[in-house]
Amino acid sequence: MTDSKSLVRISNVVKHFDISGGFLDRISFSGGMPALTTTTVKAINDVSLDIAQGEILSVVGESGCGKSTLGRTVLGLYPPTSGEIAFRGQRIDNLSPKEMLPYRRKMQMVFQDPYASLNPRMTVRQILEEPTHFHFPELSGSQVQDKVAEVMRQVGVDPAWAGRFPHEFSGGQRQRISIARALMVDPEFIVADEPISALDVSIQAQILNLIMDCQERFGLTYMFITHDLSVVEHISTRVAVMYLGTLCELADKKSLYGDPQHPYSRALLSAIPKLGAKGFAHIRLKGEVPTPIHLPTGCVFHTRCPFVEERCRREIPKLLTRPNGSQAACHALEEGQI
Amino acid sequence: MTHLLEVQDLVVKFGLRSGDLTALNGINFTLNPGERMGLVGESGAGKSVAGFSIINLISRPGFIASGRVLFEGEEISAYPLEQMRGIRGNRISMIFQDPMMTLNPVLTIGTQMVETIQAHNQVSAAHAREIALEKLQKVYISSPGKRLGQYPHELSGGMRQRVVIAISLLTNPSLIIADEPTTALDVTIQAEVMALLLELCKHEHMGLILITHDLGVVSQVTEKIAVMYAGRIVEQGPTTDIVTNPRHPYTKGLIQALPQGGSGRGRLHQIPGMMPNLTSIPPGCAFHPRCEQAMDICRRETPRLFGDAEHSGLVACHLYSQSR
Repeated sequence: MTDSKSLVRISNVVKHFDISGGFLDRISFSGGMPALTTTTVKAINDVSLDIAQGEILSVVGESGCGKSTLGRTVLGLYPPTSGEIAFRGQRIDNLSPKEMLPYRRKMQMVFQDPYASLNPRMTVRQILEEPTHFHFPELSGSQVQDKVAEVMRQVGVDPAWAGRFPHEFSGGQRQRISIARALMVDPEFIVADEPISALDVSIQAQILNLIMDCQERFGLTYMFITHDLSVVEHISTRVAVMYLGTLCELADKKSLYGDPQHPYSRALLSAIPKLGAKGFAHIRLKGEVPTPIHLPTGCVFHTRCPFVEERCRREIPKLLTRPNGSQAACHALEEGQI
Repeated sequence: MTHLLEVQDLVVKFGLRSGDLTALNGINFTLNPGERMGLVGESGAGKSVAGFSIINLISRPGFIASGRVLFEGEEISAYPLEQMRGIRGNRISMIFQDPMMTLNPVLTIGTQMVETIQAHNQVSAAHAREIALEKLQKVYISSPGKRLGQYPHELSGGMRQRVVIAISLLTNPSLIIADEPTTALDVTIQAEVMALLLELCKHEHMGLILITHDLGVVSQVTEKIAVMYAGRIVEQGPTTDIVTNPRHPYTKGLIQALPQGGSGRGRLHQIPGMMPNLTSIPPGCAFHPRCEQAMDICRRETPRLFGDAEHSGLVACHLYSQSR
């Protein structure tokens, strides 16, 4: 996709983490000779996707699939090992911190745990004022205060409570404050990393509604990272399914949930607990997720795939666009076997 | 037929300096042999306390203030510690949320399993190992012989929870209490573990009390559900009835708050406010400040669980007592 509507473009991003440790940790002996080894976690392997203006793109996958790493890499919290990230056509992954500043304002993040992401020693007012002072130094003190009150009202927290500390609020309210902090600097793009996983069902619904309200009211674009597939089905425009640092399938919500293509998406979706269902009809995958330190050759899913063939072990499948516009990376699909 | 488990007016309190805190306010339910029940509610509803108090695992400052727990007709809530050991982990097993916390990290799986068997039965170590091996096979662990010599950290999360389930089966219990057994696991592994638990319960004719906040999981595994709110059961009945036709406004709200497939992208139904803190439970029906249909009587009188001729379930709500 090369349409002009794309807000964030992720091209061939690779992110590896070196976990070899210090010099002594790296020494190993092979055949009696000391040698230095490096161990890398291959968290993201060649992921490309476009996030269109105004959409909610959900990234789903199981623990360790690299979805959070992808979100953080997009925001520049981690520099990518290779590949490019562009915001409105401007490449941002190679900018200096100073050049990056205006983009940091436009791209904000909401974290999973509202207990950990709010400074316990700051009042809500201080938490909300800090980014505003930083990004809008021209605003006067009273203008900032007005903005704090306005944003607090928008997220449904009484502005009269601005003097309180995070511990005086419940989990749901704290997550509202996290969202308020992101909204304070008028962002265009928000990466929400598991924003509702720590919350109870009835509170989850409140926060999801708030997230959708903000999208409509401010024309926000979201990258929504979660493992909760029923939530994804509710709020997303498009969904990206990741497995072991690789994009398996990218499709609009309807086609993914109606007719998942990639064998991994099929298995993942079949495992969603369903209200009113009796017993289990999930697709059983053999084995366990391999470690991202030693990735399988070829297709990363081949060790567990029910449709595995010889080619899958050798060749990494490319993301191919299907007639309905969805994309999937699978040899068996490409050859029309499934 | 005697019930497998009968809980009568169970009240659990926590003694605090500022006075006693009531965590469980008179709950009643029964479980038949081989029956699977779900205890559902949000954090702080008292569902874990209910599960723990059945085998008297409430630690200080918590205590069972009144009520009785009958297991296979015996009043186990009156048992002294020594006698309780014959029940706990033996005839009633418990599975906890986090397998990394339940398994001892410095002992091999084999040692832990043999230890459990020998604590309850007089068998030789060799025989105990055989039993352990057999149970590991039952939970579909690949190469079980090798696993006996491994430590918990060498196994993946799903495999650890399988080991925990295998340990809970060692003494052939007639009831398993599982407290959020799959909350820490990914969906595909959750489905595997829950399917396994369901199969084992059916196959071994074991009773199951599944404590969870996930209504989807509960509806796939259990035959009946008790919905808890602020230390009380507000609705209970057959799973299909509760899921398809909930009556209590709280149950309705919980189910409508779940994003449902295919319903498009509308706003989700939200229950306003949050679960009250146990120190300040509202008078009358504890749910009334959040209830859209609250009436005067709800603020004054606490509704009791009751049933009627048309419904197989019980509900604690004045909306239904008036129309009766």
